Amino acid sequence: MIALLRRDLRLAVRAGGGFGLGVAFFLILCALVPFGVGPDTSALQPIAAGILWLGALLACLLSLDRIFALDHEDGSLDLLATSPLPLEGAVAVKALAHWITTGLPLIVAAPLFGILLHLPAAAIPALLMSLLLGTPALSMLGAFGAAVTVGLRRGGLLLSLLVLPLYIPTLIFGTEMIRRGQDGGDTMPPLLFLAGITAGTLAVIPFAAAAALRVNLR
Amino acid sequence: MSIWEYANPVKFMRTSGAVLPWTVAGAAVCTVTGLVWGFLTPEDYRQGSTVKIVFLHVPAAMMAINIWVMMLVASLIWLIRRHHVSALAAKAAAPIGAVMTVIGLITGAVWGQPMWGTWWEWDPRLTSFLILLLFYIGYIALWSAVEDPDSAADLTGVLCLVGSVFALLSRYAVFFWNQGLHQGASLSVQSGERMSAVYRYPLYLTMLGFGLMFLSLMLVRTRTEIRRRRLAALQAREMRA
Repeated sequence: MIALLRRDLRLAVRAGGGFGLGVAFFLILCALVPFGVGPDTSALQPIAAGILWLGALLACLLSLDRIFALDHEDGSLDLLATSPLPLEGAVAVKALAHWITTGLPLIVAAPLFGILLHLPAAAIPALLMSLLLGTPALSMLGAFGAAVTVGLRRGGLLLSLLVLPLYIPTLIFGTEMIRRGQDGGDTMPPLLFLAGITAGTLAVIPFAAAAALRVNLR
Repeated sequence: MSIWEYANPVKFMRTSGAVLPWTVAGAAVCTVTGLVWGFLTPEDYRQGSTVKIVFLHVPAAMMAINIWVMMLVASLIWLIRRHHVSALAAKAAAPIGAVMTVIGLITGAVWGQPMWGTWWEWDPRLTSFLILLLFYIGYIALWSAVEDPDSAADLTGVLCLVGSVFALLSRYAVFFWNQGLHQGASLSVQSGERMSAVYRYPLYLTMLGFGLMFLSLMLVRTRTEIRRRRLAALQAREMRA
């Protein structure tokens, strides 16, 4: 499992792997929003939490097809399926690698982008916690969507259609947590919900994704 | 005699063919009578004539949710017992459910405009229906995207299971997110407070009619799918010969 993780990370970091593209996309989105809604603090501050989470969602979505597509093309996915490692474990490791290469850089960069969008400093801890707890669920659900669409020719658009509705609860609780951090409210309930969603997806999604992969490799 | 006998396509075709005229007739009688009766009910003292939208709105909304549950059960039967009729029934039901969701949303918008002064409000009930529509669209899109029918049935089945969990989760998440404008359940077995009997009985009739209508449409569509399968099998045999 660790070997697989290291292989995936190395592939992502090397040239052409797309490492850092997610953060660049996130930056562009945050830079474009003020052009759309105006540069005033009064316009940006109320929507900053939503923009940050939507940016994280879309940045995650853009890199999803990489989870299985390349391995499917060169046949290494078949090798993984026949290896002694259970396919469920392989799915979990690949989702983890996806999170490390896209979710983690986003979390590191998010406070900076929060300042760009005039997010008050009081909300930064809530922003960090919500992303830290929420983005693993995004990667897991994305791995499920990628597993379902891996063999399809027009998979990209379908992938977003399948995965984005699954992201709704995470998005709701994530933005709600930042908003409460901004207003000085109680951030505990949304935090617990986010943690619950992430724990639930960690427990269940590898099985669903592995089932979908087995169908696609048949 | 058990329900699993109907997993046999021949048996299913024979029985559904015999049942179909009755369900079609029942659906037509119940829906038309219910709607006409509903249209002739007196006007509500506050809502005026707009209250009559209820006879389309509530049955459609009810069926939108029930059809998803039916698809969930059919997907489970397919994934566990590998009965093809079950997978085809789930496939046949999905577009009907999507249309019911759209009817519920549109009649709701038409009703909301005079009553709440807005076509659309990000109210938990309305929002969760929109989310349900997204799940229907994703499910139908996946069916049409996968070429191999058995793989398509498997993948959509898994999607239906995961989607059900998240549709339910979204339903409660949106309550957390925004407080509502929509009233609670209008027909409840437990609570004493109900709508007046003048409206209630035609509503029951249209609900029954919509249920039968779904049953008829679902049977027709499933029969079409089975015939399409048979045709494909015949063509494949001819190609080989």
